Amino acid sequence: MSPVLAQSDQLIDWSWVERNMGQIIDRTWEHLTLTGISVGVGLLISVGLTIIVLRWRWTYPSITGFTGLLYTIPSLALFALLVPFTGLSDTTAIIALTSYTLFILIRNIVAGIDGVPEAVKEAADGMGYTARARFWKMEVPLALPVIMAGIRIATVTTVGLVTVTAVIGLGGFGFFILRGLNTFFWTQLIVGVVLSVALATILDLAFIALQRSLSPWARGSR
Amino acid sequence: MMRVWDQFLDYVSDPATWTGPGSFWSRLYDHVWISVAATIVGFLLVFPFALYLGHIRRGSQAATAVVNIGRAIPSFGILAIAFLIIVEFGIGGVRTPWSVLVALIALAAPPIFTNTVAGIQSVQPATIEAARGMGLTEREVLLGIELPMAMPLIMEGMRIAFVQVIATATLGAIVAWGGLGRYIIDGFAVRDNGEILFGALAVGLLAVVAEVGFSRIQRAVTPKGLKVVR
Repeated sequence: MSPVLAQSDQLIDWSWVERNMGQIIDRTWEHLTLTGISVGVGLLISVGLTIIVLRWRWTYPSITGFTGLLYTIPSLALFALLVPFTGLSDTTAIIALTSYTLFILIRNIVAGIDGVPEAVKEAADGMGYTARARFWKMEVPLALPVIMAGIRIATVTTVGLVTVTAVIGLGGFGFFILRGLNTFFWTQLIVGVVLSVALATILDLAFIALQRSLSPWARGSR
Repeated sequence: MMRVWDQFLDYVSDPATWTGPGSFWSRLYDHVWISVAATIVGFLLVFPFALYLGHIRRGSQAATAVVNIGRAIPSFGILAIAFLIIVEFGIGGVRTPWSVLVALIALAAPPIFTNTVAGIQSVQPATIEAARGMGLTEREVLLGIELPMAMPLIMEGMRIAFVQVIATATLGAIVAWGGLGRYIIDGFAVRDNGEILFGALAVGLLAVVAEVGFSRIQRAVTPKGLKVVR
């Protein structure tokens, strides 16, 4: 028993962490930018597609069908599908990561807008709002909690998926996980996993805080 | 573009792709059995407990927590940690499927747990009261009323678990296990676009087939009375 215990005492080699602080910061930045660009671009595309869905309702099943199909394809397979064309690059990672956010975001944005009570819309009409003003000043703010929930899920999911981009030479914290696996250096592996979970949690909490400040009326009810 | 296509055709038409120990069929077999096994074991581990929690109307907070925590931990990280534990404690060697299997079980269990608890709790209290009023025992209420009515959500959990497991089994190739992910990882290593594309299509198709197939099963096990509502 004691050798095993002795080994697990050394699972984290803190001096490695100190020595590699520079690289940890670089990988944090990489993880953040890959996540930020993918969710950002995903949000732009999703808003565009949602506008199409709201205008032409019949497009909704095909749009969710297609984005759902993208969502089903395992991340490694999607990277592999793109690599022959876009190489081992940021482009490959961002195209794949973005396409995963679409399904989550569109579903939540549409559900949020659909969830605005009919009475509120009628009240807005009665107050003389134009259709455009009603949409931006009533429907969007009221849909915000559901939309933000979608952004949170998309962000946390993307943070996890970024680790897989380690196989195409990127990875953010996934770089440490892959390196740790290949060299049997547990410190590196654990640092990679823990930092990835920490980043997902911090971003999630940040979005909760942002949502609370944006929609004070929804406080307490979530 | 055309060159990639030619490389792909070369790889597909190579007899070595289809026969021998590293053939497509043996890798497909490995990929599928480990996914099925992980989903079944994951189910057996959490289902009875989830059923009980749902029946006594507890554990919905635990179920939500499981979803949130599960999402924050990357599946690649779970695989890596399982690998670490299995190798460190000498349970299995590097190239054995054990670390992949353990990771996949850990991934399969949470959605099944969450959806089972949620499914049982989604049954209207009035329905259960009525069943009790008719003299059904607790056991009959659980197995005859709550379980069938929760079936769509439970199967939904099974589907999420299975598709996720199929996807993550691909990553098993990174920790030196087989399965269809081998084509992708090996293809990256030797920069063979044909092999990479072959692996991508194989894994992608398998995931889609699993998703669609499971949706069919899901519909088949939904009680007739609930189909009208959906």
